[in-house]
Amino acid sequence: MKTLKSVLPRAAVIFLIFAILTGIVYTGVVTGIAQLIFPNQANGSIIEIDGKKYGCELLGQQYTDEGHMWGRIMNIDVSTYKDENGKMLMYAVPSNLSPASEEYETLVAERVEKLRAANPDMDDTAIPVDLVTCSGSGLDPHISPAAAEYQVARIAKARDISEQDVRDIIEKCTTGKFLGVFGEEAVNVLKVNLMLDGILQ
Amino acid sequence: MSSVIQYILYLAVLVILAIPLGAYIKKVMSGEKTFLSRILTPCENAVYKVMRIKKDEQMNWKKYLISVLIFSGIGLVFLFLLQMLQGVLPFNPQGLAGVKWDLSFNTASSFVTNTNWQAYTGESTLSYLTQALGLTVQNFVSAATGIAVLFALIRGFTKVKTDGLGSFWVDMTRIMIHVLIPLNLVIAIALAGGGVIQNLKPAETVSLVEPIAVSADGEIIENADIDVDANTVTVDGQIIDGAQIVTEQFVPMGPAASQVAIKQTGTNGGGYMGVNSAHPLENPNPFTNILEMISLLLIPVALCFTFGMSIKNKKQGVAIFMAMFIMLAIALSIIAVNEQAATPQLAQNGAVDLSMVDQAGGNMEGKETRFGIATSSTWAAYTTAASNGSVNSMHDSYTPLGGMITMLQMQLGEVIFGGVGCGLYGMLAFAILTVFIAGLMVGRTPEFLGKKIEPYEMKWAVLVCLATPIAILVGTGIAAIVPSVPDSLTNTGAHGFSEILYAYSSCGGNNGSAFAGLNANTVFFNVSLGLVMLFVRFLPIIGTLAIAGSLAGKKRIATTAGTLSTTNALFVFLLIFIVLLVGALSFFPALSLGPIAEFFGSIA
Repeated sequence: MKTLKSVLPRAAVIFLIFAILTGIVYTGVVTGIAQLIFPNQANGSIIEIDGKKYGCELLGQQYTDEGHMWGRIMNIDVSTYKDENGKMLMYAVPSNLSPASEEYETLVAERVEKLRAANPDMDDTAIPVDLVTCSGSGLDPHISPAAAEYQVARIAKARDISEQDVRDIIEKCTTGKFLGVFGEEAVNVLKVNLMLDGILQ
Repeated sequence: MSSVIQYILYLAVLVILAIPLGAYIKKVMSGEKTFLSRILTPCENAVYKVMRIKKDEQMNWKKYLISVLIFSGIGLVFLFLLQMLQGVLPFNPQGLAGVKWDLSFNTASSFVTNTNWQAYTGESTLSYLTQALGLTVQNFVSAATGIAVLFALIRGFTKVKTDGLGSFWVDMTRIMIHVLIPLNLVIAIALAGGGVIQNLKPAETVSLVEPIAVSADGEIIENADIDVDANTVTVDGQIIDGAQIVTEQFVPMGPAASQVAIKQTGTNGGGYMGVNSAHPLENPNPFTNILEMISLLLIPVALCFTFGMSIKNKKQGVAIFMAMFIMLAIALSIIAVNEQAATPQLAQNGAVDLSMVDQAGGNMEGKETRFGIATSSTWAAYTTAASNGSVNSMHDSYTPLGGMITMLQMQLGEVIFGGVGCGLYGMLAFAILTVFIAGLMVGRTPEFLGKKIEPYEMKWAVLVCLATPIAILVGTGIAAIVPSVPDSLTNTGAHGFSEILYAYSSCGGNNGSAFAGLNANTVFFNVSLGLVMLFVRFLPIIGTLAIAGSLAGKKRIATTAGTLSTTNALFVFLLIFIVLLVGALSFFPALSLGPIAEFFGSIA
């Protein structure tokens, strides 16, 4: 009991000190420095042109037009988030499906069929895996260069432009591996589509 | 080939950075001068002044334990109340309501025990105040608590015939001021520069390039012609009544980078976002990823070296490190091979391209393009080895055997590096077990680091080692017969069972990662998993401090020719063997019902 009495006030004081230090001071200092030096990154890398917000560079969207590049399979959620007027907002979540089940096999077979039908020029070329799978965040903004190349013929035909034009845009929107080794090469699908639409240069 | 180089470099960078950090932590904890002392020691002294304590205060093991328990108790109550009351508190721009009692209890237990199991979805449930003053604070102090307890144990080995194990307050203050706060300041700012959000603004909305049509009952309508101006949705020439058009996307905001840094370095793992570091605003690119991924194992690896230096036997630190590292490397290779090979269900007889040409290939379900297979598998191995539990890919969507290894690493008791501090004191309990069994074989009184191991230490060591298996198996067993549980599952059959087993393994190892298809936000799961987390955190702490107290009171015995060496390859092998033996015997039946059954089903 005596120990308890001597420990309790000390524990409360040290908790208070660390709560202020890490909860308020640390969070505040990081926010201040980040806002000062990296305002664009710290505020969500939003693509804003002439006052209109055309998308978040880091968040995937769903594309189904033949003239747009398609991204990862999306599991869209329109029920969780609403704007201040109560209008539904789009977000997405991962599938969390096991890749070893029969249901999954059927699901992927349907996706393969749909992609084959949309990309007749590719005949029986095997479809890059990124195009038939849902991502980890559900909001993956990227696809692999192989998955982008698979769609070049379709996009060029739908827009009546040369395949080389499409490839040039893809190249501009591709980021390499970090230090040439870490991670994977990735094509930012939103940027490709905004460039195809002439919004982004 | 290039991915093999990637795996090797990830491991190499980790070890290269951990060695100097280990030396730095050793200096800090013994009060020696470091290159940051000039700035930080005055801050440290200021804390002692406010608390009115002396730097050289000594606590016996019971007082040390009571201090740990009361300090954690205060944190638990504070975080519980903060969540329930967030609706009426400031820094809540989304106007989120208070969190329900069961979820509050679960999240509070989760963060106080350094587990950081996420039954919540950060961006839709927690206010900025709760994130910063609640979660971030516990991320720091629960990590510091683990390291402090480790040092009490180290003093048990180094001190002779005394009952003082140092002061919990001084240990906490030194870790916080000299290690965690400066390290995380640097990492958080680098992360924000890399694109992780860090602000106090309300959530944003941005335009969608292609609007989405939603039917009256909330289903997405595919192949619809959408006329935004006229507000009509047409399918095959028919206008759909009651359909709504979604034209904007939700973009979460808030102070993420500061919390992500400590959630990684403190082996906490509770994400700012629901999908954790898979979310592109929490982990946007390979640069932020390597920073976060190395951070998550950095301190646990460094502490092996700190341990060796502190007991003035560097070889012992290296031996423990080697045992852990070998198990990590094996686990990583098994995960990597299985994920790269993917499954027949995904391969579709060759219709899907799984090759590594211009893409990562392999099992990309639940993985991000920018991370691919190598970076995702490495993270999965690191995060389940360390009791971190943050993820950059969804473990639920791993191949049966890849997913099994992530589970097994947690079931082994989180001693393959494990959580900061707690992983190492857990492993030292296994080391005590090992010398005891080896001692029995050669017929000598077991001793470890010059201290005799007697029945008292053995009893506590066994409890520390068995806390995790007991909690996991009892928890899973009960959950499997609760009628409401199947409603929480995304997958059925063997994989459904794996989802439950993974949840209890994760909480029973204080890990916190998930087979996220399980909807764990129910009263049953929140309460049962909350209790499991508290049990497996505090029982080993009690055991470790009891051992430390007993060892400190003993005299040191001289090393003779007959002393069993605990630094050679034989000992490393025996230690690995004992860890695997306890894990395999405890979990083989459960794993057979889950991932192993699923694997054989998938290739049949």
